[in-house]
Amino acid sequence: MIQGIPITHFLIVSTLVFFIGIYGFLTRRNLITMLMSIELILNSVNINFVIFNRYLYPDQLQGHFFALFIVAVAAAEASVAIALIINVYRKYTSIESDNVNEMKY
Amino acid sequence: MNYSYTICIPLIPLAVFLFTGLAGSRFRPVVSGLIGCAGLFSSFVLSLITAWKYFFVGGISGNAYPTIIAAKTTWLHLTQFLSIDMGVMLDPISVMMLVVITTVSLMVHIYSMGYMKGERGFERFYAFLSLFSFSMLGLVLATNIFQMYIFWELVGVSSFLLIGFYYERPSAVAASKKAFIVTRFADLGFLIGILLLSFYTKTFDFTELTNPHSPVFTGIASVSFLGLSAITWAMLLIFMGGAGKSAMFPLHIWLPDAMEGPTPVSALIHAATMVVAGVYLVARMFPIYYAYSPNALTVISWVGGFTSLFAAVIACTQFDIKRVLAYSTLSQIGYMMLALGVSGFEGEYGLGYMASMFHLFTHAMFKALLFLGAGSVIHAVHSNLMNDMGGLRKHLPITHLTFLIACLAIAGIPPFAGFFSKDEILVAAWEHNKILFLVEYTVAGLTAFYMFRLYFGIFWNKAPHYHHEPHESPLTMTLPLIFLAVGSAFTGFIPFGRFVSADHIPFETQMHLNIAIPSVLIALTGIFVAFLFYRKENSMADRIARSFGAVYKTVYHKFYIDELYLFVTKKILFNLVSRLIAWFDRHIVDGAMNGIACVVSTTSEKIKGMQSGQIQHYALAFISGAIILVLIVLYQLS
Repeated sequence: MIQGIPITHFLIVSTLVFFIGIYGFLTRRNLITMLMSIELILNSVNINFVIFNRYLYPDQLQGHFFALFIVAVAAAEASVAIALIINVYRKYTSIESDNVNEMKY
Repeated sequence: MNYSYTICIPLIPLAVFLFTGLAGSRFRPVVSGLIGCAGLFSSFVLSLITAWKYFFVGGISGNAYPTIIAAKTTWLHLTQFLSIDMGVMLDPISVMMLVVITTVSLMVHIYSMGYMKGERGFERFYAFLSLFSFSMLGLVLATNIFQMYIFWELVGVSSFLLIGFYYERPSAVAASKKAFIVTRFADLGFLIGILLLSFYTKTFDFTELTNPHSPVFTGIASVSFLGLSAITWAMLLIFMGGAGKSAMFPLHIWLPDAMEGPTPVSALIHAATMVVAGVYLVARMFPIYYAYSPNALTVISWVGGFTSLFAAVIACTQFDIKRVLAYSTLSQIGYMMLALGVSGFEGEYGLGYMASMFHLFTHAMFKALLFLGAGSVIHAVHSNLMNDMGGLRKHLPITHLTFLIACLAIAGIPPFAGFFSKDEILVAAWEHNKILFLVEYTVAGLTAFYMFRLYFGIFWNKAPHYHHEPHESPLTMTLPLIFLAVGSAFTGFIPFGRFVSADHIPFETQMHLNIAIPSVLIALTGIFVAFLFYRKENSMADRIARSFGAVYKTVYHKFYIDELYLFVTKKILFNLVSRLIAWFDRHIVDGAMNGIACVVSTTSEKIKGMQSGQIQHYALAFISGAIILVLIVLYQLS
């Protein structure tokens, strides 16, 4: 539709971005990197929203608004997460997630 | 005639109980005492007004005293036809009991102001006294047998609390438990009796249950079990409850021990009011006993007769003055039960019923007086034992005089109250059963003997060395004594048959000189023997006791009934039944529970490592779960 590019291309991109995010979240120990991975996941979702809106209901705008909404929420989430990370750093003088494991049995 | 205010008679003590129980400790102790006295005084006045209105203003309608339901409300709705009500029922015996209870209770409230002064828990004492008064009044005013049962248990609880008032004393704790367990055991019978009776009659209501012509009894009379009809079983079981509360043989063992409580409590609960609840219960159900189960009545008369003799014999050998009085109470209640057992129903044939109620009334007066007098003596010499007393007539003139009046009254010397009521009982026994009559003659002599043994032992005899000079009790204690002494002296002249009778129809009673004169002579003989033995210090009583040897020892140990109970419970029941059950409980029931707990805890020990605190572990679990769910959904769709 967008000048002949089929929807699968977009979906492949978004799936790749999603699983890169998952992979980063599970394997990195650095809290900032984990936060960035979460942003990747969110952005892959945004791509899906926009693309599906465009291909399925081209004359409506819900998908776009949803994407904008997620961007705003992601910004807020990032600020909260960074505040948490700063506090973690003050306590442990590092931002390795291995240190933050007191909430266990 | 409006009687709806009578609902206040029990409710005022309840309010006093709630107030002194919850807020009493915030004020000075005397405040609780005064509130208690004031509350009881208002109940007392209301009771007198009720009695006056019921007997003299309302009076007889038709030819009998009416039964009035003054107030009634449904408390528990069981089925369409069966409900448990709470209410107030007025008939001759309940009105009479109102007067008895409030009079004695008021006297005890006033007396305790002096007797319990400075005791720890003064306000607690008054709270419990009020609770007791409330329960007892609720009991006698009950409109149905279930209400009576509820208040019956409340009375038992307040008795338990008051016997164990000195809860730091192990003997008091043991006595309160004993009293509670024994009466509770008897109440089990009472409850089964109630259920049995109401299962067949489909009602709890006294208006139905005390009317022998009522159609509700058509079913029950034809059912029989083990050779006795169902109604006889029910009435015997109900009597078992009454026997427990009234301490009839063999359930009497709790009453002498209950003397561990403060003396005013003994006067109120264990002499004048609660212990006669059993008599009241039988009197309440009397029409049914008479019409449907004369066998149960025979049992009642023999149990009563035996208890009166048995307790009188024991009373002669005891040295603790309160225990002597306790056994004398048993003996006198035995009289009342016997009188009910030998009574007929219509008119003059109901003499025994009327005599029983009459004796209940006079006994409440003089026995409360005896206990309060004994309390006054104990207050002065700080001991319960007769050996620590003697020659007190000079030190305690008022107590001495009132105690003498009470002794004369209980011994049945005219013109004191006990003479008249005892005479009626003897007449009733004579007409019905000559053996029981002779038993009662013997008991009359024994009663005179042990009461005057007590009297001479306390007030005459040789004075022991007192650590400090005994002195007369304060006015708060002597005033109730004087009031009750007046009651003991003159209540015998009340023409009781005009007010209380089995069928509510008044009748006139005559003096039976051929029975009264021998009984007075027997009583005088008893007094004379006591005079010889105990007036001055001498060894005559000891020598006679020694010459009886083993017999005396058996009687002194109360026929070893307590030991027998202990043997049966500890040796037989505990070993044969309780041990097995305990083993089962400890190994099987507890084992199962412990096993389950053990499995759970080992499993959780094994798997708790899953909660590692590592956020990535959780995320992995979460994502894997999500992927698995997605796969499941896809599989389902395809």
